[in-house]
Amino acid sequence: MLKIRNLESGYGKLRVLKGISLHVSPGEIVIIIGANGAGKTTLLKTVSGILKARAGTVHFEDRSIGSADMEEIVCRGCVLVPEGRQLFGTLSIKDNLTLGAYLIARTGKHREVKQRLDEIYELFPVLHERQDQLAGTLSGGEQQMVAIGRALMTGPRLIMMDEPSMGLAPLIVEKIFTTIAALPKLDKTVLLVEQNARASLGIADRGYVLETGQIVLSGTSRELLDNHDVQRAYLGKDYKRIEE
Amino acid sequence: MILENEFETLPRDELEQLQVERLQSTLYRVYRYVSFYKSSFDSHGVNIESIKSIQDLAELPFTTKEDLRKSYPYDMFAVPLRDILRIHSTSGTTGKPIIVGYTKNDLRHWTSCTARLLAAAGVDEHDVVQIAFPFNLFTGGFGFHQGAEQIGASVIPSSTSPPEKQIMIMKDFKTTVLICAPSYAVNIASTLRDLQIHAESLNLKVGLFGAEPWGENLRGQLEEGLHIAALDNYGLTEVIGPGVAGECQLKNGLHINEDHFVVEVIDPKTKAPLPAGREGELVFTTITKEGFPLIRYRTGDISSLIEEPCACGRTTRRMRRVTGRTDDLIFIKGQKVFPSQIEEILLEAEGTAPHYRILLDRQEGNDTIEVQVEISESYPAFDEMKNLERLRDTITRKIEVVLGVDAKVTLVEPRSLLRDGGAKSRRVIDNRKI
Repeated sequence: MLKIRNLESGYGKLRVLKGISLHVSPGEIVIIIGANGAGKTTLLKTVSGILKARAGTVHFEDRSIGSADMEEIVCRGCVLVPEGRQLFGTLSIKDNLTLGAYLIARTGKHREVKQRLDEIYELFPVLHERQDQLAGTLSGGEQQMVAIGRALMTGPRLIMMDEPSMGLAPLIVEKIFTTIAALPKLDKTVLLVEQNARASLGIADRGYVLETGQIVLSGTSRELLDNHDVQRAYLGKDYKRIEE
Repeated sequence: MILENEFETLPRDELEQLQVERLQSTLYRVYRYVSFYKSSFDSHGVNIESIKSIQDLAELPFTTKEDLRKSYPYDMFAVPLRDILRIHSTSGTTGKPIIVGYTKNDLRHWTSCTARLLAAAGVDEHDVVQIAFPFNLFTGGFGFHQGAEQIGASVIPSSTSPPEKQIMIMKDFKTTVLICAPSYAVNIASTLRDLQIHAESLNLKVGLFGAEPWGENLRGQLEEGLHIAALDNYGLTEVIGPGVAGECQLKNGLHINEDHFVVEVIDPKTKAPLPAGREGELVFTTITKEGFPLIRYRTGDISSLIEEPCACGRTTRRMRRVTGRTDDLIFIKGQKVFPSQIEEILLEAEGTAPHYRILLDRQEGNDTIEVQVEISESYPAFDEMKNLERLRDTITRKIEVVLGVDAKVTLVEPRSLLRDGGAKSRRVIDNRKI
């Protein structure tokens, strides 16, 4: 579904991604783990067209999106839930969600917008109850639900999420991850960027480990959980002896 | 049966994507964690970021057996010893052996590689699998053991016992699958004849034979003698052990587990990559191994690749059966012996560079090795029988201890062996029909 080969990207003189290759197959949940500054957000920004790739190829459903604009990429069914939610705080939940369907609303398919909105409310009943509340007054977890809901309103086949667990209480994280785990059943494929390796490996099929702009490890979630480097660096496993 | 459809029948472009991803991350890891690769890449002026496709692999330097030997014991490991769950080694035919280590994930992948081979041979949970490979530092026994357990078969680790005992187990335990070296299978077949047991009366249906090269001639002999389908498989300790490649029931080339190993065939002289179909030296790069990754390892084995997909449904490329070696390695009774090692032993015993000849033969299913040595006139009191006998026994014992083979040593008159201008190849005469 998504095939990235030798992708290079960065900001100004700063070269962040140094030739990344990865793929996501339909129906999968794939996670990218890595420390701060490894290039996780840069990767998602580049795939979604916010940043332009400097080299390499990105194919979405066998068509190149390497040079496409971000609105075109959304149109093709590939959407990003950005880091820190980025909601319109002074708009209601309903308006925030409806904005996600801007591309369909523009073509006059208002009934479809309504239908999608109902689907989102079904997924997050709490948003239905509070649909007129201003997004800025919601808790972090609810805001994340709105952000995911807004992305789903575009009708994507691939949904990319940038640290959905950031700043959330552990219980809420669990809830968000349960929702993400259910997305493949709704024919959504998921590419997830996370620092919370333990929780996200629990729901992911496969994962990649990104370090300083390079992928140093890949494998199924089970393989990554069993890798000692992953255990040390991302799962906080302690060793008895100091030299370990 | 195809065990892992998601890998064994991948469309070629998806397989290549997977290979590139895994290759790149392997390169980053070896460059960071294995000093040999860092200095090897640096001294060849290779920037690993320039490796963007499988074809680009050709830019990287080779790794040789000599490199691995120098790394004794642990210098090629890419993880700390704490992360290693299992250690095996080569038989250490010349000098120090090569030590290999497996992490938890390596063992998992290795298991699935041999399990695939078994499934391709038609083995399933109803089978009784007798593994007559040694269970020791050698990878053959444990490698297949794990895979067979994964399949759910009943596994008999009969290991190295005399053929009579193997046959008793085979008969009484109702073995359906035999796994061993082809030369050992010949031994079993001839013992069966001696004991006047008809192969039809056994439950055997398939044999997976590997660890040494063997040919179609021997296949016919084994299929008839043991009343089985005889399948070839390929692997070597340095790469992972058994499980690198194996035949499916169509017996038309060995399917390479390409999601774990990238294969190249090179011209052993020019070292240039050769296209599919051309015969040359097999070179392997491991792309999932964590403990002991290998980049462009020259195996010394001669074969060629088949690109056309197999009728069995697998999309993996196949290698033809190994036809020989780039060097003069001798396979005898599952052991690997270089003539140079025998030369070293002779040198040590006799004190001068000896003239010698190695005769290989097969008698009643048993591989035999005879070493004919010219007595040097400079040997002290060489005309005294007692001294000569002592010399002969010393050489015999030394060969057994160092190389693990019981050779017949014959001392011959000075200047009695033919000297074809000292051509080394003429020093080994192989009369075995394989």
